This record gives sequence, C-alpha cells and structure tokens, in this order.
Amino acid sequence: MQCPKCHAQMQTYNRNGIQIEQCSGCRGIFLDYGELESLTRVEAQWTQQAPPAPPAPQAYPAAPAPAWGAPQHHGGHHQGHYRQKSFGRMLFSS
Amino acid sequence: MTTAVVRALGALAHETAHARPGPRCVCPEPAVLADRADGTVVRCGPVVAKAHAAGTDTAALSARLGLAAGPALAGVLLAPLPIRSPEDRAGHGDASPYLAESHGRPVTLWPYGEPVDPGNPDEAPWEATAVLLARLHRTGIRTGRSTPGGPSGPAAVPAMRGPAKAALAVARMRAARPGERTTAPVLAAWRGLPPWARDEAPAPGHRAHLLCHGDLHLGQLVRHPAPHGPWLLIDVDDAGPGDPAWDLARPAAWYAAGLLPPEVWFRFLDAYRAAGGPAVRAEGDPWPELDVAARALTVQTAALALAKSAAEHRAPDEVEQVMIDACARIAALPPELTAEHSS
Repeated sequence: MQCPKCHAQMQTYNRNGIQIEQCSGCRGIFLDYGELESLTRVEAQWTQQAPPAPPAPQAYPAAPAPAWGAPQHHGGHHQGHYRQKSFGRMLFSS
Repeated sequence: MTTAVVRALGALAHETAHARPGPRCVCPEPAVLADRADGTVVRCGPVVAKAHAAGTDTAALSARLGLAAGPALAGVLLAPLPIRSPEDRAGHGDASPYLAESHGRPVTLWPYGEPVDPGNPDEAPWEATAVLLARLHRTGIRTGRSTPGGPSGPAAVPAMRGPAKAALAVARMRAARPGERTTAPVLAAWRGLPPWARDEAPAPGHRAHLLCHGDLHLGQLVRHPAPHGPWLLIDVDDAGPGDPAWDLARPAAWYAAGLLPPEVWFRFLDAYRAAGGPAVRAEGDPWPELDVAARALTVQTAALALAKSAAEHRAPDEVEQVMIDACARIAALPPELTAEHSS
C-alpha cells in the first residue's frame, strides 16, 4: 500500500491489538474503518484506569508513554516500585 | 591513597571555612559525603571540597566552572568558591581561580547546600527541578558553533556529556559481564539508537545547542543557603551545549519503564512547560522530542545496574530488572515506530 500523501510504502503494525498502517517515508498513520473507534475505546480505558488525571491544560490528552513503555501504561496495573529502596537509590545516582 | 585525598580535601575545606584560623578552632571533623573514583566529596562546616576524577579534562572543567560562577546562571547553578591560597591553585597564571589540585586530581570548593532527603522521595522538589532546568535551557549561552566569527572566547564550554556517559555505562557493563546473555537486550537497545546518542557523532539540529546539565538526578539538587534556601543545581562536570531533552530523559525513562508514578511525571513535565522549557513542544505529545534520549537513559541505567550487580556478585534486583525489561521492549520495536527521525 502506498502513502496517499508522500507515496512511500506503508507498513502494517499491531498496536494494542489495533492494526495500523504507517508510512515509511513521512511516518503518517492510516486508519481503516472502525480503527479510530477502537483507539478511542482503548484511550477511554486508559483514562479510566489512570490515577487522578493531572490538571492538563491540553485540549487533547498527551500520549501516555512511548510505544516501548511498560505494560501498565497500556492498561496494566501499576506495581508500586516508587517507595522501594532500590528505586530510591536509582533516583539519586548517575 | 583515597584516604590521603580525603585528608587533603578536609584540610582544604577547613582552611577555606576559616577567615583567620585561630587557636580555638571549633570546626566539626571533616565528613566524607561521597567517595568514588569519579568524585570524592568532603565537607567541613560550611565548605565542601570535591576531588574530580583523575584524568578529567581540566580546560573543559575550568570552562564549566566559569559557567557556574558567572552571573547569567546565578540562582540556577550553585557557584564555586575561589581557591584562596595560591599554592593550592592548579596550573599556572591562566588557570581557573576555582581549580585546585590534590594527588593528581582536580579539586573544587563549594558552599555546603542541603541535599534532597533520599529517605523521603515524596518530598522531592520535582517542580523546582523542572523550573531550574527550564531556566538553564533558556539561558542562550552561545557555543563555538553558533558564532561563525570565530571562537566564542576562552571559556567556550564543550558539549554536554550525556551521550558520552551512556557509552561509558555500556562499556562498563560489557567489561563486568563479558558475553553474558543478560546483557543482550541492553546491547540490542543500544544498537538501535542513532549515532549521536551513542556519542559517535555530533548531535544534529538547531535544538541540540542549548545549555544542558548533562547528568540530572535527585542527587544534583541542594538548598543554598542550607537548610531553607532556594533549590540550585550542582555538579557541572557534564554540563554543556546539547539536546535539552537529555535533562528530562532520566525521569522520562523511569516513568516509561513504570517506576515513576504518572502523577509525579506530569508534575515535573507540566512545571517544565509552564516555565517555558524549550526541550519539548509546549503542548501535546512530548515523546517525539523525548524518545531518543529516554531510550539512551534507559540503556544507561540498565547497563549500570548490570555492572554494579556484577561487582556485588548478585543478580539485578526487581527495580533494576524493570529497566532491563524496558530495554527488551525497546529492542523489539520496529524502527519506524521510534521517533528517531523527528525533531
């Protein structure tokens, strides 16, 4: 499939169970019928599970995390490492 | 030898703490705050003496000390104390007034500041840290590259050392665990980074020449005057022009890995944006700017965890494993889904 904008080749990826096509040139993303709704659903799940939302002034919520983020950013459970001693050390070292 | 350095630092801090050393000295015994190959720090009352790593580039350190001492960054960086006694000064006539030498290591003097309490991360000054970084990144310190008319003076500060430190961490891991399978995800994530983030090429783009701290973590903040003064950044050893996203990338990496709670990350990010920090776009998704540096810091943290745990003859602990797992996810990414080419 070719990108409608820059005509480079598009490649298919699976993100959170949703197939998306991304252009290898301009990195634009193509959504099939129903995929936007699926993404909205996943997003709604995320905002429901997230702790009290920060007072974000943005009109559109910022992406929670990069694609390589921990599973809890994509609907999993937070593991509560914050108060562990080992993370305490990590916060203070190079 | 370390003991000799500690003694020398204690003596230097002591003599600096006194305007006129008298017979009835009531100074506390010098206390060792840190003792590592890359930094030995001894406190005597209101003065702290630091021995930098042997082999430190003293010209670069002098330029960085000039930055911390200068008026442009007052209120952002803790300023060093001048070396009073001429015989303690390093080098000759043109050397920095802030640089001494002891046992082959460069030595600097600083006023004591109250650090963040490591036992109480909930009290960590994330907003203050973000505001200090935004101010640092906005200072508009010009680098040699941006002044085509010639060198920008004797105190041109060399590049921020973030990528160099990441490369050192990977080398340290390789030496500590040669050929071990546990290092494979970390090395794979490292290979996926662009050359500039591996310290193999200069950083590209116009954003890459803002003044950065280069090694931001919670140990790099003190209140001065202690204990209730405003927060300041310390440790300019890695500071210089570079991609300011690097200074946000360690918290970003902790957050992405699932260690730093989202509410803490957003407090930090929102405060940085509110202070006009230029490292990320003012609103919307900050990850196109953060991605490369956050991946590099994830690799660096995982590599150091593997190196340190090997030295202690143990397996990585649960928290360290979280960072190694993040490397495995980075390594599994198709290259098109990384933000390497943006910004």
